[in-house]
Amino acid sequence: MRAVKTPPPAAVVAELLGPAELGDEPRRLNRIDPRETLLAAVCAAGAAVLAWTLCRFLRWDGPLPLGLIGIIAFAGIYTAAVRDQLGDEASTDRTITLLISLGAVIAGLPVIFMVGFLVVRGIGQLRPSFFTNDLAKSGPLDPRGGAKHAIIGSIEQVGLAAFVVVPLSVLTAIYLNELKGRMSRMVRFLVDAMSGVPSIVAGLLVYAVWVAAFGFSGFAASLALIILMLPTITRTSEEVLRTIPDNLREASLALGAPQWRTVLRVVLPTARTGLVTAMLLGVARGIGETAPMIMTARGQNGTNANPFKDQQSDLPLFIYNLLRQPDKRQIARGYTGALVLLLVVLSLFTLARVAGRPRKRRS
Amino acid sequence: MASTTGSLPPPIADPDNLVQADLGDVVQPTAPVREDNPATLTARNVSAWFGGFKALERASLNMQARRVTALIGPSGCGKSTFLRTLNRMHENIPGAKFGGQVFLDGTDIYGGSMSVTAVRSAIGMVFQKPNPFPSMSIAENVVAGLRLSGKRHRRNDDLIEESLVRAGLWREVKDRLNVSGASLSGGQQQRLCIARALAVHPQVLLMDEPCSALDPISTRVIEQTILELASQITIVIVTHNMQQAARVSDDCAFFLVEEQGQPGRLVEFGPTSRVFSEPDDPRTLDYVSGRFG
Repeated sequence: MRAVKTPPPAAVVAELLGPAELGDEPRRLNRIDPRETLLAAVCAAGAAVLAWTLCRFLRWDGPLPLGLIGIIAFAGIYTAAVRDQLGDEASTDRTITLLISLGAVIAGLPVIFMVGFLVVRGIGQLRPSFFTNDLAKSGPLDPRGGAKHAIIGSIEQVGLAAFVVVPLSVLTAIYLNELKGRMSRMVRFLVDAMSGVPSIVAGLLVYAVWVAAFGFSGFAASLALIILMLPTITRTSEEVLRTIPDNLREASLALGAPQWRTVLRVVLPTARTGLVTAMLLGVARGIGETAPMIMTARGQNGTNANPFKDQQSDLPLFIYNLLRQPDKRQIARGYTGALVLLLVVLSLFTLARVAGRPRKRRS
Repeated sequence: MASTTGSLPPPIADPDNLVQADLGDVVQPTAPVREDNPATLTARNVSAWFGGFKALERASLNMQARRVTALIGPSGCGKSTFLRTLNRMHENIPGAKFGGQVFLDGTDIYGGSMSVTAVRSAIGMVFQKPNPFPSMSIAENVVAGLRLSGKRHRRNDDLIEESLVRAGLWREVKDRLNVSGASLSGGQQQRLCIARALAVHPQVLLMDEPCSALDPISTRVIEQTILELASQITIVIVTHNMQQAARVSDDCAFFLVEEQGQPGRLVEFGPTSRVFSEPDDPRTLDYVSGRFG
């Protein structure tokens, strides 16, 4: 860049200003110049050739070294080419953009890989009968077995836990952030300590306190889930309530509202979206728990719709038990179970997004 | 400043300068205005602390019914704190303490005969930053005070129209009452907050720098609203803008912190025309003539 800028002569300015009847069309900003795309393509081709040659020469086989060398070569060539064509600033811009996009791709790869893996391994058994049959009478060779019992169990166990946890943790969050009572610090400390409890310890506790006296049941699993979900939802809800600006509370109090109405009619409706998300994070954590289930619900192959009596299966137990079998078909069923678990979590999140969306207003 | 000489001229000298649409709203209310019952607010020896820090010392002030009282003074002089003691919002701040008495038509609002919620229903407040409830529509915002204080109101539509007309907002929003209150511009949001405060029919309206976040046109509309309301309600307004105090207020109180770390004190109180033209205290004269602050 030149240090001193001389003003352009009048003729140049006149040309820049152009004729008065110049078009008034919106310009497409941030448009990628086709020449730049061409430049990137040429660089990519060069990098590919370089990487391939280098790998042949060094006898490094496989896609990993090829890909790595290719990416590094592309970054180098592209940076140099852009600097040559467009200057230093553009070169820095494109390089950083490239690095960040690369980071995003690398971060997204495990998710894509995991979902893809489950779809490939599990899709074979995913048919309507998977949702209507249990494993009570189906042996390894029977293609009809399904996860009905596990799905029912998961819904009941997590549903029961959520039924207790959601009001309890929202009330706790209100106590911590709205009432700011004398016990706040202690309650917050206990909630933090609870969030550090390993899930198997929660399972052991319920085993010792409940299962030893009343036997295995889906409800025992709910008890363990309550211990695990409570701190997650409480702390997230508290953070959500903390983001509600104080001036809304003041406005409500200044209108003559008691504090409980302020919380009920102003704070909670304003925080609704965030609270639904908090609830969902807790449920998503709970529905995937396996370790405490082994000690509480125990699992079984038949359908048990009563969560308060006898062993009950759920999706994590279904997956865990089937993947340990020596039989290929059973393992495939396990993967289908994992795929269903993933779909359940996904649909829960979608549901929460829809439910948590601000109400539409007629305009 | 035109209003510093002699008796107070009409606050907005040239009505033609007003935004016509807004003026039309306020002069011709289409809804019947409910009979109000403005009250005189008397503060006696009001002191306020934040923890160990004394922010205000022994302020005594009589805010007459049907008059606009302006509280002026440099930042940190305790005028906003004083305002917040008048409807017991001060005590919401953790560590805040209060001393003295405040009478609403002779009843001590800090005494046992009035509950805090009753005090705040009778003495409404508009804040510096417009704060409509984002989870509610414009119409819901207006009647929020009734729902929030547990009162039932049969003719909500009339009340919504009446309150919005009084706040000078009706014409701009009457076709979109169900839109979220957060979608309005800053000045409209502030007038929505005024409508919300008026809907519970308070006897006194406290305003804490209601125009400091607004552009001059919105400010002018709100000032016009204040002048229209002055005959129906007691208004106490904190303002940093001395011209505004001169334009809208009948009485004026000047607060000042003499030295760093000292509490704010009431320096002078009187009719606005006198405070701005021939104040008793030389510090008031320095302040209103722009020599400091």
